[in-house]
Amino acid sequence: MNLTLLIQALIGGFLVGGVYSLIAIGLSLIFGVMKIINFAHGEIMMIAMYITYWLFVLLKIDPIISIIIVAPLIFLLGYCMQRFLVNRIIDAPELIQILLMLGVAIVLTNLALFIWGPDHRMAATRFSLSAIMLGGITIDVSRLIAFGIAIIVSIGVFLFLAKTETGKMIRAAADNRLGAQIVGIKVNRVYAISFGVGSACVGIAGALILPLIPLDPYLGPSYTLTSFIIVILGGMGSLLGAFIGGIIIGVAESLGAVLLVSSLKELVSFSILIVILLFRPQGLFGTRNE
Amino acid sequence: MLRVNDIQVFYGEMQILRGISLEVNQGEIVSLIGSNGAGKSTTILSISGLIHPRKGEIEFNGKKITDLSPFDIVEMGISHVPEGRQLFPSLTVLENLEMGALRGKAKRERHKTMEWIFQLFPILNERKRQFAGTLSGGEQQMVAIGRGLMSIPSLLLLDEPSLGLAPIFVSSMYDIIKKINTEGTTILLVEQNVFKSLSICNRGYVLENGAVTLKGIGEDLLQNKLIKKVYLGM
Repeated sequence: MNLTLLIQALIGGFLVGGVYSLIAIGLSLIFGVMKIINFAHGEIMMIAMYITYWLFVLLKIDPIISIIIVAPLIFLLGYCMQRFLVNRIIDAPELIQILLMLGVAIVLTNLALFIWGPDHRMAATRFSLSAIMLGGITIDVSRLIAFGIAIIVSIGVFLFLAKTETGKMIRAAADNRLGAQIVGIKVNRVYAISFGVGSACVGIAGALILPLIPLDPYLGPSYTLTSFIIVILGGMGSLLGAFIGGIIIGVAESLGAVLLVSSLKELVSFSILIVILLFRPQGLFGTRNE
Repeated sequence: MLRVNDIQVFYGEMQILRGISLEVNQGEIVSLIGSNGAGKSTTILSISGLIHPRKGEIEFNGKKITDLSPFDIVEMGISHVPEGRQLFPSLTVLENLEMGALRGKAKRERHKTMEWIFQLFPILNERKRQFAGTLSGGEQQMVAIGRGLMSIPSLLLLDEPSLGLAPIFVSSMYDIIKKINTEGTTILLVEQNVFKSLSICNRGYVLENGAVTLKGIGEDLLQNKLIKKVYLGM
């Protein structure tokens, strides 16, 4: 085995892992606050990627810049989804919640299929082909930028929750819904904001990985699944867990692709999932009792 | 100040309150006593807007609040310290208190109110950076009362403040309730500890099966034969 290749895979996986972290933070935030698993998470990312793609193709806006437009749009999408759909099933049995979210996923996929067709699309941005050489190792500039921005946004989400008044209200409502109502927090509004922020996270992640992967309407489920694995690995509802878990899965998949066959990279993440469920079902940073 | 007029509350088809009427005047401590399931907590929940009565009216300072949301009712000056405390365990004591004062004057005067609360409960000042979930039951109850006071309410609804406290804390909790009252907050107190709550209140109501069966001045109720027999075991 070539050592350079291994280090290369390690770095590549680490960088992509940062973006995975951001996706998983969005999922974990939504789950942590509302106890709802957003099975349309990957599809929201797909929609964000299409918006980014068309901003790039039609208006020549670089995906990194277009975050400024995509993030608020996807926030709004998430906000409205919570307000008009999720809110109605917040107290429903889990199965009903899952069905609704899967339904939303199917609608979004078919909407994309209907509007943009099934073709693969690739956005060749300014940085698509540029790379930094370090010794014998190449570092993809797009990945580096994606990683950097993903980290900045993640830290931003942490600070938002820790320091701002709205962030505290979100944590309060996540902790104790009745208590939050009693002190006069508008819980429904706080839920909608949380769903919006969680969606914006995955939306930004979508804009960041657009230059890295081919875009088509079907890419949602595999990202929903990956981020779900990350959230289980890190501990349901733990944002720090989602962050660390994202990096771990990014590296593991990338190493798996090199050491095994690249089509087997998911084998690695699912193996990790099984091991975690067997030996530490609460995840790395989760607590045992609900 | 507060007038509850013949409210009827249902959970599904089950009637919990069968026409409760009560009054709380400015400056009073009013006790609501009764056994488990008599409807005490349901009455309190109706006043704070968490459940809405099917019939009857609730008035606060002359305004009808029967169908308002908890959000609006807090704004009008009623604060609810719920049974079981309902704190935010993964928020610090300080953050829990902050969440009690979210709007207007209460928010602007957070610091001042907090200092007053730390005078009432000095231990909370020492523990203010701890997560509320790590505190003892008594300390959590202090945070719950403190959080309720943060909105600078004119009427404080206290639901079972002594439940689950060590006996040694119970007396001091009552001293503090008395103190909060003398410093200007009207209190509606729900308790199972009949003797204690009747001895500090101005007036009391006895609830049974969702209806008021007795009412009167606290001391009179303490002397009442029925109450002595049923609730005090004398």
